[in-house]
Amino acid sequence: MLELSRITAGYDRRAPVVREVSLTVGAGRSVGLLGPSGCGKSTLARVAALLHRPDSGTVVIDGVPVRGWRHRAPREQRTAFGVVFQQPRLAADPRMRLADLIAEPLRATGRRDEAAAAVAGLAGRVGLSRELLGRRPHEVSDGQLQRACLARALVLRPRWLICDEMTAMLDASTSAALVAAVETYRAESGAGLLAVGHDSVLLNRWCDETVHWDELPRESRSGV
Amino acid sequence: MSPVNPVTPVSPVHPVSPTSPVLSVDNLSVRFRMRGGRQIAAVSDASFALAPGECLALIGESGCGKSVLASALLGLLPRNAETTGRALLGDLDLLAADERTLARTVRGRRIGLVPQSPSAHLTPVRTVRSQLEETVRELTGVPKAGLREAAEAAAERAAFPATHLDRHPHQLSGGLAQRAATALALVGDAPLLLADEPTTGLDRDLVDRTVDELRRHADTGRALLMITHDLAAARRIADRVAVMYAGRIVEIADAPAFFGAPGPRHPYARALLDALPERAFTPIPGMPPELGDLPDGCAFAPRCARASARCETLPAPVDGVACHHPEEATACSN
Ligand code: SF4
Repeated sequence: MLELSRITAGYDRRAPVVREVSLTVGAGRSVGLLGPSGCGKSTLARVAALLHRPDSGTVVIDGVPVRGWRHRAPREQRTAFGVVFQQPRLAADPRMRLADLIAEPLRATGRRDEAAAAVAGLAGRVGLSRELLGRRPHEVSDGQLQRACLARALVLRPRWLICDEMTAMLDASTSAALVAAVETYRAESGAGLLAVGHDSVLLNRWCDETVHWDELPRESRSGV
Repeated sequence: MSPVNPVTPVSPVHPVSPTSPVLSVDNLSVRFRMRGGRQIAAVSDASFALAPGECLALIGESGCGKSVLASALLGLLPRNAETTGRALLGDLDLLAADERTLARTVRGRRIGLVPQSPSAHLTPVRTVRSQLEETVRELTGVPKAGLREAAEAAAERAAFPATHLDRHPHQLSGGLAQRAATALALVGDAPLLLADEPTTGLDRDLVDRTVDELRRHADTGRALLMITHDLAAARRIADRVAVMYAGRIVEIADAPAFFGAPGPRHPYARALLDALPERAFTPIPGMPPELGDLPDGCAFAPRCARASARCETLPAPVDGVACHHPEEATACSN
């Protein structure tokens, strides 16, 4: 279970974009979080993925409370998450070939020797040809790069996937292909999913349940 | 058979419109010469026409050539590009015109460009008012004393609020930045508006508002060419749809028939609509071919359930559809 309780977070303590928000995703379940851009849903997703430390509130992952974020998070918790963002170009090192990009989390965790086999398996899943794996980001389309970013998110076989507007820049067919790859992985691994986006048609079709940002439980802030 | 420019003229893929077109594109092809003698066939034999007041949506996956086509019309292709065919804007062939003509009389004046990312198109260090005034001064004969008023009128035409004219681009929301860019595109009163992915990254509400505004400008008699991968946006405002795959326009159809009944006739176009989450949500198997390595026949064949031996030859467009085995046009009996 992924439990976010009374999270307050943002980039300026005096004006947090997330205030006292709670959200729970059951083990193996998928939740779509809907909301307009700028509402704070991406920040909450980053808190959940241990990429952004909240000002207050608690996160519990599969029963274990989170005590540190980013590099302060224990590796076991950090690697429980695979994250895909909206803009693959901002999320990919332009100097890396796609194969290296996908294998990067393995190298960072000292499992370099598994890279070749893992990349070959994942490339098939996300629909990247061997030829494309040898290219650098500027030599591929946004859709192809996003396929590589999804493969990278899956390479450590995470228990949780966080997809933040993963398909917002992509055409219909590439979007459907990426969602299908996520769902295939979830079906065999039992991983849970938090998908954040603004497209209700997409999230309703994709996820077990969808919740609108405005409907998330919020504690009233007492005595502030 | 030469894939670049067939010797035999292909039949026009669009019905001849009663008014003379604003833009008439005829067998437009773009080739990029790469190192080692390699060639990229970015656009091949594109033909379509656009009447005043009409909106044509050019749809397709990223990398299908639709943005290259737009750049070709604007004369903004890199040096290693070669174009063939014609693109008549009135009586001017955009493909034959020199850079001086394009810069002085076409871009901004005869073609208004609504850019993909407005924040990148606006100058960050200057207010919207000063950018509008400068564009008005450059493109129209308005004397200095009238600039302020003319700029405010231009903002109003794009529904940009006068209260925000003295702001810098980073102080604007995505929607207002898009309107500011649209206001700039409208200043020259160009008969053709070209919108290249005008809704990328916008929320659905904002997508709707942005394209509705573009539609409004078409309704005042401009022709609107909207390049987009957003099928919902195309459905909302387009009169006609052109579907591009691997550099070719594979289907041109009236938008209501295309998005409603009887639906698209080209297998790729059908599959693209079927990928939508409100429809079957099934991806098209495989990926588009590399534009540097296209087959001689139909480029969709490796992904097409209807492919047969005939598909090893290039299908010529017939009634707007370039396919050897198109879906029958059942609902309309012609
Ligand atoms: S020409 Fe053949 S391969 Fe191409 S779309 Fe039509 S049926 Fe499919």
